[in-house]
Amino acid sequence: MTMVEPAIIIQGLTKRFQDFTAVDHLDLTINQGEIVGFIGPNGAGKSTTIRMLCGLLQPTEGQAFVAGFNVGRQPEAVREHIGYMSQKFSLYGDLTVRENLRFFGGLYRVPRHDRGERMAFAIAMAGLAGREDVLVRTLASGWKQRLALGCAILHRPPVLFLDEPTSGVEPEARRQFWDLIHELAAGGVTTLVSTHYMDEAEYCNRVALINRGKLVAIGSPSELRGHQLGGELFEMDCAPLGAALKVLTDVPGVEEAAIFGDKLHIVLSAGGITAGDLPGFLGARGIHADPPRRVTPSLEDVFVHLVSGSHETRGAF
Amino acid sequence: MNIRRVFAMAFKETLQVWRDPRSLAIALLMPVMQMVMLGYGVSLDIKHVPLCVYDQENSQESRAIVERFTAPGWFSISQTLVSEADLRNAMDRGECSMAIVIPVDFSRTLATTGSAPIQAIFDATDVNTTNIALGYAQGTVAQANAQTSAQWKAAHGVHPSPVGQVDVEPSTWFNETLDSRNFIIPGVVAVILALVGAQLTSLTISREWERGTMEQLISTPVTALEVMLGKLMPYFLIGLLDAAFCLVSAVYWFDVPFRGSLGTLFVTTVLFLIVVLGIGYLISVRIRSQLGASQIALLVTMLPTTLLSGYTFPIEQMPAPIQAITLIVYPRYYVTILRAIFLKGSSLPDLWAPLLGLFIFALIIIWLATRAFHKRLD
Amino acid sequence: MSGNPIEVAVRVQGLSKNFGTVQAVRNVNFSVSPGDIFGLVGPDGAGKTTIMRMLAGVLSPDAGSIAVDGVDVSANPEQAKLRLSYMPQRFGLYEDLTVAENIFFYGELFSVPRTERIARSKELLEAAGLQAFRRRLAGQLSGGMKQKLGLICALIHTPQVLLLDEPTTGVDPVSRRDFWAILYDLRERGVAIVLSTAYMDEAERCTRLALLHTGEIRLCDTPARIKEAMPGTLLAISSAHPRFLREIIAGKPGVLGTLLMGDRIHVRVDDPARRIPELQILLADQGVGIADIVRAEPGIEDVFVALLGQGNKS
Repeated sequence: MTMVEPAIIIQGLTKRFQDFTAVDHLDLTINQGEIVGFIGPNGAGKSTTIRMLCGLLQPTEGQAFVAGFNVGRQPEAVREHIGYMSQKFSLYGDLTVRENLRFFGGLYRVPRHDRGERMAFAIAMAGLAGREDVLVRTLASGWKQRLALGCAILHRPPVLFLDEPTSGVEPEARRQFWDLIHELAAGGVTTLVSTHYMDEAEYCNRVALINRGKLVAIGSPSELRGHQLGGELFEMDCAPLGAALKVLTDVPGVEEAAIFGDKLHIVLSAGGITAGDLPGFLGARGIHADPPRRVTPSLEDVFVHLVSGSHETRGAF
Repeated sequence: MNIRRVFAMAFKETLQVWRDPRSLAIALLMPVMQMVMLGYGVSLDIKHVPLCVYDQENSQESRAIVERFTAPGWFSISQTLVSEADLRNAMDRGECSMAIVIPVDFSRTLATTGSAPIQAIFDATDVNTTNIALGYAQGTVAQANAQTSAQWKAAHGVHPSPVGQVDVEPSTWFNETLDSRNFIIPGVVAVILALVGAQLTSLTISREWERGTMEQLISTPVTALEVMLGKLMPYFLIGLLDAAFCLVSAVYWFDVPFRGSLGTLFVTTVLFLIVVLGIGYLISVRIRSQLGASQIALLVTMLPTTLLSGYTFPIEQMPAPIQAITLIVYPRYYVTILRAIFLKGSSLPDLWAPLLGLFIFALIIIWLATRAFHKRLD
Repeated sequence: MSGNPIEVAVRVQGLSKNFGTVQAVRNVNFSVSPGDIFGLVGPDGAGKTTIMRMLAGVLSPDAGSIAVDGVDVSANPEQAKLRLSYMPQRFGLYEDLTVAENIFFYGELFSVPRTERIARSKELLEAAGLQAFRRRLAGQLSGGMKQKLGLICALIHTPQVLLLDEPTTGVDPVSRRDFWAILYDLRERGVAIVLSTAYMDEAERCTRLALLHTGEIRLCDTPARIKEAMPGTLLAISSAHPRFLREIIAGKPGVLGTLLMGDRIHVRVDDPARRIPELQILLADQGVGIADIVRAEPGIEDVFVALLGQGNKS
């Protein structure tokens, strides 16, 4: 097949439901063979965007091309060139591995001469050789999930959409899954992963952060981690944590303070209180605190910083 | 038992019923619809049964006999025939369900012997109507006979002897107008309460399973007994409300006489409600889907109540084995009781036998229900 | 919170549960102190929910005992239930009841005195930012709000033990942070919290962890000590072509494991002082150029894979 590059082009894509703008002039270009993570809170517009890209929803404004086809005008052609898989992907538990593959092969209209080869490929990829006649519901989650991926790529789609593909899957199995995705990417398959789990985002080449229908940030996980949090991130052991949090929220120079595990994460901006002053400042208020350490922000730190804005809930339970 | 928790359950359940259109419809709309449908739709009365008259004599006496058939409105003359052939044609074409043939020498035979035969021919394709029509016809004739024989005896100077004189005087007690509605409506009340009661409670536990609220509920200190009582309380009140509605519409809309006391009605109704609510609850505990529970509730209430309770088909006319089965068909006791309260004005002591049946049922159901629900997922 | 401080809030001994021939939980032992946030961590099917249900007293164990606040859950279920609150994985509140009605109902079930209930529900609603939604039907709340309402109903009777089964599944990071802030506040008040999660990154926020695998606890300790238990040292090497990098490095001497990420690879080595220079030379030989090799903080998932992964390929 001929394919224009890049694999996905999104230009001013907008979707409005009555008064509500779910997706607001989104622009994004994804190259062939890239793995891009689409992350954002619930209701940010992730699934609306994915549905438009799959040709299931008509854009209100703007346009998008997937594998060279216009999603608004050629939804059928788009659907033939994409694969879709979600963690809750419905394989039929009461059918065998082979029967599931045969069913999805028929559904995706895999040409008859190609079907045997594709099914063999999917079985090998999922590591299910020798278990073709086993009922799917008896498989462990890791195998099920790789089989689901196998079903989604039976028709050799150049573009793959994954919806929280590895949440709750065994760590070893999920690592194998991501190895597979990277292998497909090396073969030119473009993958868009929608998730709100940061550990899934870490497996992506680039991460697009979306909030309230808009693209907030895009870059590799490392680039995003290096993103300005509005200051430098410190981690500090202190007790009691809740009291420390309450005291620090109103201190000049403290951009953000949040409990992270049994520690406090604090973002300090220039010109305010310094890291070195913190233990003394808290000590004077009856809070024990160790000297803060500078830490590299996690993707979650960045996400929360970019998304939350004025959003606050303090633990007063 | 903690009464606060029972009331909390009851309050919660009431709110849920109030906000659930399906439950509300069953609680409030279903009794009205059933009352109208069953009250009007099912009738064992015959009215204006088409009657063909082949009066070969056409005398004053023969016309008087015909008049007796048509006067109460049970039969109406569809055709007056003049020959045997007419009669056969009319019957064949289904133009009449019954024909009476009055012989040419009717008045003469009557005058000389004091009795005279007439012939009644029935179209027995509709057995039910035929039976009822036959009954009415016999009643009519018996009445006529009694009168004529008295007149005849007087005319012939035969005086009633002081001892041993038996006058056949057919009379109907408790349901003087022979209106089957009076017989049916009390049964309808039982049908409605059984259906509504079991339907509503059949949803109550299965709803919690289906919506996933059960797991959290059973992790609280609320006991199984408190859950049961709290859940049944609102349905019990709804049942009483429906019973009151049925009573009012039976008496003021369908003009069914109510001769018993409200107290008797209340006590027996409470007993019956315990049984039907308990049955619904038991089903609900077992079946974890609302649809399944409501289907089964329909099955165990609708079938026995309509077929075997004696509400439409008199138990005395059933074959002996079926009659034996009806002993475990709980609605039969309540149907019997209701008819007796409505029509005979029976009080509790008169009703000891069916009351005992109902009571035993209530005890069994309570025993089962208190043991049915376990606060466990497995 | 109410009650005298006790040493052990939850004690689990020899807990087992079978479903047919499947051993869902096998001989599980742990104890949780007041102020602990104890995490049951493991993938789907590891037995997390089964353990939580047995702790909550809604599922009976086949063997073993559970004591909540000194009360045996099997022998005295209702007494134990007075001391705990359980939030099942699936939203367990009444969607056709309003926020206030749900709170009232659960307050009554736990016999909370009226004045206390009113004061507490006001406090909890404000803390959760739900006071404006008191009259809204629970079914019309967003996912995050439902979860907070679940927590309010669970806390209306000031439990000593809070059981949360995968409380943050499907919750976005911002709401998750709010949720954790609440848990830490409870912790400081001496509530013992047991929660289950499939997310290894979330597990790091617990004070103590049990790594669950096929119904058994494989490791139980603080997150820091669990990370120390990982054999070897984790290194990160950034690259625009991480796949290529891994092909070079995997299987080399001293390399215990590799993980391909989006813009880097993680390499677990036995001796970093010796292996970092070796790897740099190796990469330079392969024409990758001078690679920046830094030590990376291992996650719980890294430990999980290092400890269990090898013998349990799916």
